[in-house]
Amino acid sequence: MKPYRKVAIVGAGITKFVHKAKETPKELAWAASKMALDSSGLKLSEIDAVVHGTAPDAFDGVHMKGEYLAEASGGWNKPYLRCYVGGGTGVFAPIEGWLHIASGAFDTCLVVCEEKMSNCQPHPQAAFLTIFDNFLERPLKPNLLWIFALEMNRYMSTYGLKIEDIAPVSVKNKNNAMDHPSAQAAERLTLRDVLNSEVMAWPVHRLMVSSTTDGAAAVILASEEKARSMTDKPVWIEGVGWNLDTAYWTNRDLCYPEYVEKAARMAYEMAGIKEPRKEIHIAEPYDPFAYKELHHLEGLLLCDKGKAPEDLALGRFDREKGNLPVCPSGGLLGVGNPISAAGMMKVCELFWQLRGEAGRRQVPGNPKKAVAQAWGDLMQVGTVLVCGVN
Amino acid sequence: MRKVAIIGIGAVKAGATSKELSYKEMTYAAAKLAYHDAGVDPSKLQSFVTLAEDMNEGTSIFDEYTPDQLGAAQKPMHTLCHDGLVGVADAAMQIASGLFDIVVVEAHSKASNIKNKACVEAYALDPNWVRPLGIPAQALAALEAAYYIRETGASGEALYEIVRKNKGNARLNPFAAYPKNTTFKDYQRSPSRYTPLRDIEIARHADGVCVLVLACENYAKSNGSVPIWVEGFGWATETSSVESRNWTQAAYASISAKRAYRMAGVSDPRLDIHIFEVDDTYAFKELQHLEALGIFEKGDAWKKTLEGETSPKGAKPVNVSGGCLGLGETLETKGLYQIYELVTQLRVKAGKRQVANARRGLAFAWRGVPTTSGACVILGN
Repeated sequence: MKPYRKVAIVGAGITKFVHKAKETPKELAWAASKMALDSSGLKLSEIDAVVHGTAPDAFDGVHMKGEYLAEASGGWNKPYLRCYVGGGTGVFAPIEGWLHIASGAFDTCLVVCEEKMSNCQPHPQAAFLTIFDNFLERPLKPNLLWIFALEMNRYMSTYGLKIEDIAPVSVKNKNNAMDHPSAQAAERLTLRDVLNSEVMAWPVHRLMVSSTTDGAAAVILASEEKARSMTDKPVWIEGVGWNLDTAYWTNRDLCYPEYVEKAARMAYEMAGIKEPRKEIHIAEPYDPFAYKELHHLEGLLLCDKGKAPEDLALGRFDREKGNLPVCPSGGLLGVGNPISAAGMMKVCELFWQLRGEAGRRQVPGNPKKAVAQAWGDLMQVGTVLVCGVN
Repeated sequence: MRKVAIIGIGAVKAGATSKELSYKEMTYAAAKLAYHDAGVDPSKLQSFVTLAEDMNEGTSIFDEYTPDQLGAAQKPMHTLCHDGLVGVADAAMQIASGLFDIVVVEAHSKASNIKNKACVEAYALDPNWVRPLGIPAQALAALEAAYYIRETGASGEALYEIVRKNKGNARLNPFAAYPKNTTFKDYQRSPSRYTPLRDIEIARHADGVCVLVLACENYAKSNGSVPIWVEGFGWATETSSVESRNWTQAAYASISAKRAYRMAGVSDPRLDIHIFEVDDTYAFKELQHLEALGIFEKGDAWKKTLEGETSPKGAKPVNVSGGCLGLGETLETKGLYQIYELVTQLRVKAGKRQVANARRGLAFAWRGVPTTSGACVILGN
């Protein structure tokens, strides 16, 4: 796989992540797009195409939600495209933007992800019921907490893990988020706080689940030529990968995300990464639940199977002292989880970290290569983006 | 850019209903035909794109259910919320970027599952400003039709002619759901749905599936298929708000086409393109789109239609497949049925409906009310 041409991220923007935004979905998309444009120095008229990422229409209660959000996302009188792969959308949308430019069809692309979950009353969990198979699963009235509790159980029982091995992820990420200006769920916690929080569906505790959130995030992508003329700090998209597993999730061994591994291998191959554990300096794996961060680090080949909790206990993922800082942003557990915008938040984080602009969240030692990953659908899809600076 | 070709096509017959078949079974059938047509071992397929909208499917995050019936499990696959033609553009970009050599595009319609279409369409209107007014989304098309007819003077005879032509063309298309001989009396007697739109000039929904296989030049030339080249593509959205859109021009069509023409090196679409599949969800839309695409001058399309220029034997054959009026309105699959027709024509395999000397074709699809989104693809042999 040799890409036709190089693509860089040249701007990023993010709204505050909050529980009930006063802004409409359109206003959220606009705010993130505007901030990303301003940070890149480009005007909307200089943007060739717009990609929008947003997950189920049911949240906003709008059919063809992409069309509804078009002009607020800057898609007015432009090629405008909404893509989605469920929760994996936030990292897939910049991959779609990458395709626009790497193919030679466009030179600049605005990629924005928006989600307003609070429109769904009393709780978006009801909308999630409609993601299940309408014949086989919906009659059982499953919800996300249950199916992820199944997966967490499987992960724990396969490798003999205890809840105490996983809960520190929440402590770390919510603490990291204290330094993120957009954060919704930042908190200084002890391990005991997490373990003592309410059990939602065994073994998932309240403080091991990300919140429902309203928010938007955006990046600006540009071709190599354009990027070099605009900034001396382009962040290159060096690898892209995505992979969708079967819809029959009950037939899958939930202890390991093979689809994430396949997506990661695709991205690493393109980026020329042979030893990810040595070459990747920062990881932003998808962490809607505490165990998912560990699960995904294994899928990303950054830890041995079942060994991510050991690495966590040894402090390998600490932002300041670890050799592989994980979720320096604070992740979904700390910053919040507006589905597609949460994945995009991770991509924005790579942009700021690799440019040395992450402020108090900055990972020390001039990191050069970083990976962001998102996950979604029925524990089914992995999307991976590798970024680097020279 | 790397050259991209369509090397395989597969479709099932569009129909008002598709009893006893799920969308998965229909998709599997179409995929098998497409892979066979392309002469590709399904395990060699590298990436997949589906076009779908949650509320049409009745499932949130519908992309969950897309891989198995295509043989795409544990492969790169994603979903786009647009017409099938954007799927063709997306697959072409995947190949042009150097990422993949063979990519599959799929779209399907199970419109017969939608119990209350007007209700679903109402959910596409802005929830704060437009939905509370209680205007049916279809009425937006009627307002636009009234404006268009007043501006151009398009006659009822011309609108009838489009209905007659397209439903008549469909009689030669084995995939069409609504072939019919139509008389002017049928047109006059057809009840008014939203003035000035008559029932007969509104395309009816149909179920259907279409699957395409696209490949890079090297692969297309080496595997013995007859490549039909994707020479240009473009898509555009004007605006979702009814307050600020241009009600007469179909700007989304001209913006899409401009990009596609530039890419394909088309300087004059009237001379350089020989066959057209142009969205006719409402009869007047065929006229409006043809003008926006630069095929006719503004206000001329209805006259040229009456002169027979857009008939299968005319100088600019439009919707030889039967279009949406004759083949059926198949949601996101509309554009892929257009591509199916163009590929068949450019391969000179269209039998009785074969258009003579067609070397380049244009497909244009619109997303329907209440959107102003459209996409254009140009193919050549």
